[in-house]
Amino acid sequence: MKKTDTIIIGAGPVGLFAVHQLGIKGLNSIVIDNLDKVGGQCIELYPDKPIYDIPAVPECTGEELTKKLLEQIKPFNTIFFLNERVEEVKQDKENWIVKTNNHNEFSAPNIIIAGGVGSFEPRKLSVKEAEKFENKSLFYAVRNKEQFKNKIISIFGGGDSALDWALELSKFSKINLIHRRNEFRGAPHTLSEIKKLESEGKILIKTPCQLESIEGDENISSITIKFDSGKTEKIKTNVVLGFFGLIMKLGPIADWDLNMNKKTIEVNSENFETNKKGIFAVGDICNYPGKLKLILSGFHEVALASVECFKRARPDEKYRFEFTTSSKTIQGRLGKK
Amino acid sequence: MPKITYKNNQGKFKTIKVENGLTVMEGAIQNDIPGIDADCGGSLACATCHVYVEEKWLDKIPKAEEAEVDMIDMAYEPKKNSRLSCQLTVSDELDGLIVTTPAKQS
Repeated sequence: MKKTDTIIIGAGPVGLFAVHQLGIKGLNSIVIDNLDKVGGQCIELYPDKPIYDIPAVPECTGEELTKKLLEQIKPFNTIFFLNERVEEVKQDKENWIVKTNNHNEFSAPNIIIAGGVGSFEPRKLSVKEAEKFENKSLFYAVRNKEQFKNKIISIFGGGDSALDWALELSKFSKINLIHRRNEFRGAPHTLSEIKKLESEGKILIKTPCQLESIEGDENISSITIKFDSGKTEKIKTNVVLGFFGLIMKLGPIADWDLNMNKKTIEVNSENFETNKKGIFAVGDICNYPGKLKLILSGFHEVALASVECFKRARPDEKYRFEFTTSSKTIQGRLGKK
Repeated sequence: MPKITYKNNQGKFKTIKVENGLTVMEGAIQNDIPGIDADCGGSLACATCHVYVEEKWLDKIPKAEEAEVDMIDMAYEPKKNSRLSCQLTVSDELDGLIVTTPAKQS
């Protein structure tokens, strides 16, 4: 079990800034996120979209904001546990024990939930047989492309993931690319490559149509697709890959006995503590009178929450408010001389 | 004030008055209409405010921009009359609009 001062759940902008606010107060932290990279919604939903309301930053994209925040917290050498979801939170006297789906265990006096709208999970196919084949011959991500060699693969989706994998897997498998409309959305180079492979017969494109059913016993043997015209077609298939983007699910947070309001966690606006002492909620996931779901509100929330975190992590020390401009201690922690 | 009707996939419906300038999504959220999640808060990033627009209204509402159409690819069971309700701004022209929410959003 790893001990730390604060366990931060969620590596979005607010979770990252929490590292900073704790760090300058001399507290260490670890960060857990279900995505494979830091940045949360900023990186997953709008990496290229400009944001105009970060104070003193007239314009920056989600990706730029994430990079800047990572630079800002670099001095603290924080460890990130990515691709991990917190499954269980339980109390152990003054501390909280957190367990992840990757069998990591952490203990800390504080937990900061900066979970946004929950954890990102792939959007799944809605036909009822889909579940039975999931992770056997139906996948929503490619972890090991070796397992897709010399197969007939039907790829659903019209965005970057669908197109990139169609190209990659066409090197050693037969590909059907199926999309609900005629337009695909991808880099121009990728689109022209796809067109070329289609003319060579290596990729078969089926549009505009959607999945009607999946057939097979243990493994998928075929799929039936339905065109907009109403016509259906049965296609021999060994593997189905679905790329419909990610959705946000609250997940296990709902089971931690926190006071919830719809999909948000109720906190006080003094230190953003929940109904459980030592568990804080900040950013989009928290709720209090007047709450605005803005990144800048999240920054304010972690600044205040980190003060209470200090008091709980260092009960024998007195908290002193300090400015980064004048505090030699803070400057030392930031590696400045 | 324009009236918007929100139907669920079972055919049950609720008609409410929505102020001009609000989106069809905001009208639903402010009036606790079930079936519209709007996880991203209207930033055109999630497709959980997906609705089916009654056919006869399709020509009367502004066409979806590219970004919205791309996002609808990610919606649950998209159809020809799919729109994201966060992109439909209520005005007098939309008075009487009927939208149906899908079986689920995610």
